[in-house]
Amino acid sequence: MRIDLDTIQSYISTDSYVLDLACGDGNLLLALQKNKNITGVGLENDPDYISACIKSGVSVIEHDLNKGLHHINDKTYDTVVMTLALQAMQKPDVVLEEMLRIGKECIITFPNFAHWKARWHLLIHGRMPVSDLMPYEWYNTPNIHFCTIKDFEILCKEKNITILNNTVVSEKGSSQKLAELHPNLFGETAIYHLTKSHS
Amino acid sequence: MPLMTPPDSVGIVSPTTHHFDQALTLANGRTLDSYDIVYETYGKLNAAKDNAVLICHALSGHHHAAGFHSLDDKRPGWWDNYIGPTKAIDTNRFFVISVNNLGGCHGSTGPTSINPATQKAWGSDFPTLRVRDWVESQKRLADALDIQQWAAVVGGSLGGMQAMRWSLEYPERVRHCVTIASAMKLTAQNIAFNETARQAITADPEFSNGHYLANNTLPAQGLSIARMIGHITYLSGDGMKQKFGRDLRSGTFEKGVDEPLEFEIESYLRYQGNAFSTSFDANTYILMTRALDYFDLAREYNDDPVAAFSHAQCQFLVVSFTSDWRFSPERSQEITNALIHAKKRVTYAEIESEFGHDAFLIKNDRYTEIFSSYMKNISLNNENISQKTIEEPTCV
Repeated sequence: MRIDLDTIQSYISTDSYVLDLACGDGNLLLALQKNKNITGVGLENDPDYISACIKSGVSVIEHDLNKGLHHINDKTYDTVVMTLALQAMQKPDVVLEEMLRIGKECIITFPNFAHWKARWHLLIHGRMPVSDLMPYEWYNTPNIHFCTIKDFEILCKEKNITILNNTVVSEKGSSQKLAELHPNLFGETAIYHLTKSHS
Repeated sequence: MPLMTPPDSVGIVSPTTHHFDQALTLANGRTLDSYDIVYETYGKLNAAKDNAVLICHALSGHHHAAGFHSLDDKRPGWWDNYIGPTKAIDTNRFFVISVNNLGGCHGSTGPTSINPATQKAWGSDFPTLRVRDWVESQKRLADALDIQQWAAVVGGSLGGMQAMRWSLEYPERVRHCVTIASAMKLTAQNIAFNETARQAITADPEFSNGHYLANNTLPAQGLSIARMIGHITYLSGDGMKQKFGRDLRSGTFEKGVDEPLEFEIESYLRYQGNAFSTSFDANTYILMTRALDYFDLAREYNDDPVAAFSHAQCQFLVVSFTSDWRFSPERSQEITNALIHAKKRVTYAEIESEFGHDAFLIKNDRYTEIFSSYMKNISLNNENISQKTIEEPTCV
C-alpha cells in the first residue's frame, strides 16, 4: 500500500475524470477506480508499465511527457495527477502549467530535497543524497530537477497557483508529527492539491 | 504434406455462406435485393452468447483469417498469427466470426457475382459501397446468428474503420473496439496512392470498362501494377532496404558484360503483383479502395470526432506501428485523442516495428503482449459465474 494513496484519494471526487501522468503500473488509477468510481486514464512511456496497466485493466496511453500535452484541450479532466515524477521532467514548470490547463485541479507529489537526511548527506558527507526514494547516483539519475517544499511554494506563488490542500508524508510513521511541524525539514514526500481556476 | 496442423492453430476450417433475402438499402441510395455473405467461425459460442468477436478485414482480405482449408494449404489464414487457441484472440475463450465483405471476391456478393437483372456478372455496375454498408450487412449476420452484442469488434487498416463505425452505428452491441493501424479518414496522399492504383487498372485495355468477365478479358497487368503500388506503401523504406537492399536477382555490373539486370526488389514486386492479379478481382479492388477514400468517421457529426465518439459505449484499444507511413502513428493518436476528449476508456500503444503498414499482420512480441493482455481482460459471463452470488429463488 503506497503511503500517499489515502491523501490523494481524499482530494479526488467520486465519479470524476482523472488523468495520471507517468502512471507507472497503474496501481493508483486502479485504486481510484475501485474506491472512487473514477473514469481514469494514464499516460506512460515505459513499455513494461504499459503492459502492466493493460493487464490490470487500467486504460493507458503510450506517450512521452517531454513531448508536451498540447494535444489535450483546456479543462478536459477534473483532476490531473502526477506522483513522484515532476523532478524527472525536462521542464517541470511547463508541465505544472499544462497540468493546470488541462485539468480543473491537479495533484502533485514530489520528494522534498530539503529533508534532513538529504541535508545531512550533503553537509556531512559532502555528496549528493542517495536514499530509498532517490536511489541513483548524480550521473545516472532520471531526477534532473529536484526542489524543496519552499522552492515549490515560491513557484506556485509566481505562477498564481492556488494551493487547495497540502501535506507531507514520511516513510516511517514516527516522524510524521515532526514532519507536520517542520515540513521542509522532516517531510519526505510533499503532496499538493492545486488549481488555477478562480471560481 | 503435413499430417496435422500446429497445436495453436484453429485447425482445418471451412467457410459457410448465408443468403439474405431482405433487401439492403445502401448508403448511396441503391438497393441490393438479395445477397450472400460468406464467413468462417473459430471457437465456440458460449451459452450466454457474449463471447463473440467480429473480425473485419482490410483492403485485400477475406473471411479466411485463421487455420487451414486443407492439410495441403501452404499458408494459414491471413491473421493466423493472432487468432487461435492461446493466441491474442484466444479461440479457447472467444467465438470468432470472420466475414468476407460485401463487394468482395471470395464468395460474398460482389462484382464477380451474377446481376439478377442482366444475368451477367455485375462488373463495374456493382454498387459503390461505404464502410457503413459493411457494418449493416455484418449486423444482419449477427442477427441471423443470434449475437446481440460483440465482446469485441476487431480490425486493422480498413478493418479498423469498420470497427470504429460499428461503435457509432450500434453502440449497445459492442463492448470493445480494437482498431489497429487505422485512421478516422485518409489523407490526400493516401487517396492519391489509391487513385494511381485505380488508374493502373482502368487504363489496362483488358479492363473493358469493368465488364471484363462478360467480355472474356482480364486486366491482369493493370491489377498487378495496382498491387505493386500498394505493396510499396505497405512496407517501410528501412524494411525494404533490409530485406532487399540493392541485391541483384540476375545479371552483373561487371565491366564489359552486357546482360539483362534485375534487382531483387523488382522480382519480388513483380511476383507479388502477378500472384495478386490472378487471385483478386479488379472491380473489387476499385470498390474497396473507394470505400477507404470515402470513409470519414466524423463527417456526419459536423466533422467533430469527439462528437462522433461521444455516441460510443464501448472501450477502445488503439494500436499503431512506428514505421507505418500509410496509416501512421499520428492517425492513431488522432483517434486516441478524440476518444480522450469524448471521455471514453481508451488504451493506446505504439509498437516498434520495421514492417510498415504490414506490421499489423506480422508476429511481434510487444504487439502480441499488448493485444493478448487487452483481450484477456474482456470479461465473459460464464467465466465469472463462480464469483457471483447465485440468487436464491424467492419462496412465496
